Amino acid sequence: MLNYVLRRLLTFVPTFIGVTLISFGFIRVLPGDPIIVMAGERGLTAERYAELEAQFGFDRPIYVQFWEYLTGVLQGDLGNSFVTKKPVWDEFFALFPATLELSLCAMVFAVVIGLPAGVIAAVNRGKFYDRALMSTALIGYSMPIFWWALLLIIVFSGNLQWTPVSGRIDLIYYFPDPTGFMLIDSLASGQKGAFASAVRHLVLPTIVLGTIPLAVIARQTRSAMLEVLGEDYIRTARAKGLGSGRINGVHALRNALIPVITVIGLSVGTLLAGAILTETIFSWPGIGKWMVDSIFRRDYPVVQGGLLLIAVAVMIVNLTVDMLYGVINPKIRKR
Amino acid sequence: MLLKQKIAVGLLLGALGASAASAQSLVYCSEGSPEGFDPALYTAGTTFDASSHPIYNRLTEFKVGTTEVIPALAESWEVSEDGMTVTFNLRQGVKFHSNDMFTPSRDFNADDVIFTFNRQKDDDHPYNGVSGGTWEYFDGMSMPDLVDSIEKVDDYTVIFNLTRPEAPFVANMAMDFASVVSAEYGEAMLEAGTPEMLNQAPIGTGPFAFQAYQKDAVIRYLRNDDYWGDAAKVESLIFAITPDASVRYQKVQAGECHVMAYPNPADVQAMKDAEDVVVMEQEGLNVGYLAYNTTVAPYDNPNVRRALNMAIDKQAIIDVVFQGSGQIAKNPLPPTMWSYNDAIEDDAYDPEKAKEMLAAEGVQDLNMKIWAMPVQRPYNPNARRMAELMQEDFAKIGVTVEIVSYEWGEYLSRSRELDRDGAVLLGWTGDNGDPDNFLAVLLGCDGRENSNRAQWCHQPFEDLIQQAKVLPTQEERQPLYEQAQVIFKEQAPWATIAHSVVYMTMRPEVEGYIVHPLGGHIFNQVGLSQ
Repeated sequence: MLNYVLRRLLTFVPTFIGVTLISFGFIRVLPGDPIIVMAGERGLTAERYAELEAQFGFDRPIYVQFWEYLTGVLQGDLGNSFVTKKPVWDEFFALFPATLELSLCAMVFAVVIGLPAGVIAAVNRGKFYDRALMSTALIGYSMPIFWWALLLIIVFSGNLQWTPVSGRIDLIYYFPDPTGFMLIDSLASGQKGAFASAVRHLVLPTIVLGTIPLAVIARQTRSAMLEVLGEDYIRTARAKGLGSGRINGVHALRNALIPVITVIGLSVGTLLAGAILTETIFSWPGIGKWMVDSIFRRDYPVVQGGLLLIAVAVMIVNLTVDMLYGVINPKIRKR
Repeated sequence: MLLKQKIAVGLLLGALGASAASAQSLVYCSEGSPEGFDPALYTAGTTFDASSHPIYNRLTEFKVGTTEVIPALAESWEVSEDGMTVTFNLRQGVKFHSNDMFTPSRDFNADDVIFTFNRQKDDDHPYNGVSGGTWEYFDGMSMPDLVDSIEKVDDYTVIFNLTRPEAPFVANMAMDFASVVSAEYGEAMLEAGTPEMLNQAPIGTGPFAFQAYQKDAVIRYLRNDDYWGDAAKVESLIFAITPDASVRYQKVQAGECHVMAYPNPADVQAMKDAEDVVVMEQEGLNVGYLAYNTTVAPYDNPNVRRALNMAIDKQAIIDVVFQGSGQIAKNPLPPTMWSYNDAIEDDAYDPEKAKEMLAAEGVQDLNMKIWAMPVQRPYNPNARRMAELMQEDFAKIGVTVEIVSYEWGEYLSRSRELDRDGAVLLGWTGDNGDPDNFLAVLLGCDGRENSNRAQWCHQPFEDLIQQAKVLPTQEERQPLYEQAQVIFKEQAPWATIAHSVVYMTMRPEVEGYIVHPLGGHIFNQVGLSQ
């Protein structure tokens, strides 16, 4: 297993270099000069432009800029945001826990509901439950996130007042946030009602962000289960007189899990990088909105540093998924 | 901040936090995150709302709700007869805030004023390059050229020596970039090796002291009980950062916010009809315009420009693009600005006459480009739609329009070019409530190939605005600006389109909120009824 992990880690090196290069190049290929964008309608004189160009280092050849960026990255320095003037590293870690917390909750929600829904649909193939669940999944998959989020807010926060409209916790709570994970920090704060408030604030964003992965997981589980349920060894198990619970839960589901876990892994990667709409609507201080704002402002250090860090996070998730394959299927870890 | 410090501050303030959203906490749903808390480094209104208004004061300030300049940290000022020196007499007994890293040992004095401006002016100042050191407003208002030196006469008297007389200078001192920071705090942070704290953990003299900022989520302030002026009416002020306008409105309705900024124009009518919210409105200090390139034929002919202006159905634009939240602009100055010339009559919408005028000038089968901005601005919420309406209007007089657009940076850059092909949709929001800030910046000869997108340089107009700039009193300046607007209308370098209307939505228990014409959101005077 250790060998397997080490081999996988080695593949990180070319990926990391590739991502560094792409993230550096990507933002520079886009039209739009950060200095001009910063000056806005007011504009600026040619002299002032030259001064700022020198200050930001844009007057040097592109390969020199890349070399400086790369040496900085290797020393753990991703530069400072042009806009906030703060280190990209600090900004990322101030925001990433919020994105991670929401993504994990959304994934748990999607798996806890999506997996059993897929199994139930497969077992009841062609029957009412199958059709109802798969139609619901299709609706969930096709729903525009923005509309879905506003609908939930209007119904549950506006009309019924069961959940807060947005944010991570009620404003009356104020405590240190050493981990950045609101669920953990609110528990650690010892303030009465803080944890419950954090949970209440998580409900709607979790549902909104988890809806599409839920639908994908349910449909993937159903098709993987159907494939496995047609295998000879399932028929053998039935012939042996095993109960349907054991056949479906152990023999079929375990073998159907490999493609499902692949989908889960890919979904987590997508959630980490792309919860932008959910974050915007629920005023969730995460990295999705931070990245998009930075692209519009042509904030080069944030875009290139943020992309790199997100890529690393996604690589770690993929590695974890690969290791999970090994846990589920011993044949894979022996390869 | 180190983790240990962070926890200590958190624990200390945690106790206060329990009352943070009590009846005496005002929660403002803001539209975005501040870039930082040192206003001199930035240009965005969102940043100023969170920094210069609650935390700092300036030598002079704008009276809330007006563009009138009133004394603040300077109790009075004198401008010399030749207009070359301005002497500020500073207020005594003004206290700076404190935080866990700094407790002031003295009151505000002349050293703080000199520190505030020299760090922006002097390249060798230890704070000049701190936090990226791009002093955009200081540079944008030509302060490096204008201010020759700043002298301390005594602890409470400061003289600004100027390189030329400049009437708007005292108003410039009321702008956000001129927020006075503590020299003592600056020195302490430099010594501690953390000069960036001036921007991240701000210390000012304002009505609220900065408490904490959780990035992209919440900013907290506590009332400054030692404030030199009228103390704030609420104990604490909280900015709940809520980027989506629909969600902000939901939060106001749910009682999670007291005040929100920038409602969706489409929602305003429903808000006005709702019982549990109050909507306030004021004309914004801005103008949206279509700037012809006056250096290129046939747009170098004022009659052609006027003919085109007459073909634009501005009312349709107000109805469709602004959805009612705007008013037709007839002058380059907004109506709330002093010296606005209300006697001027706008060109009537008259396509037939426009056609005749074009024919009289020998213009036939004209093809033109209209540039549509790719971004939304208060003075133009949907430039593409505006351009499409103009395209239809111009088609009626036989002018074919091609709409072009570029990425925002490219747009700003290319639209400055002297030989630019096409008329540009753009606009401006005032900085200091002075007509010079519109007329000289946007239409003066020096602004060509930069902020003067019409590339227009008309000597009679230029002479008037240059004369007005150096006259000492508003009474003397006003007739010159009024005359300049008459010339502008005759020459028509732009089609003036609209001034936006700014809406603020709040709960009924909010008392004393005043919509500020300069666009800031100010809470010093705002209270909550029980």
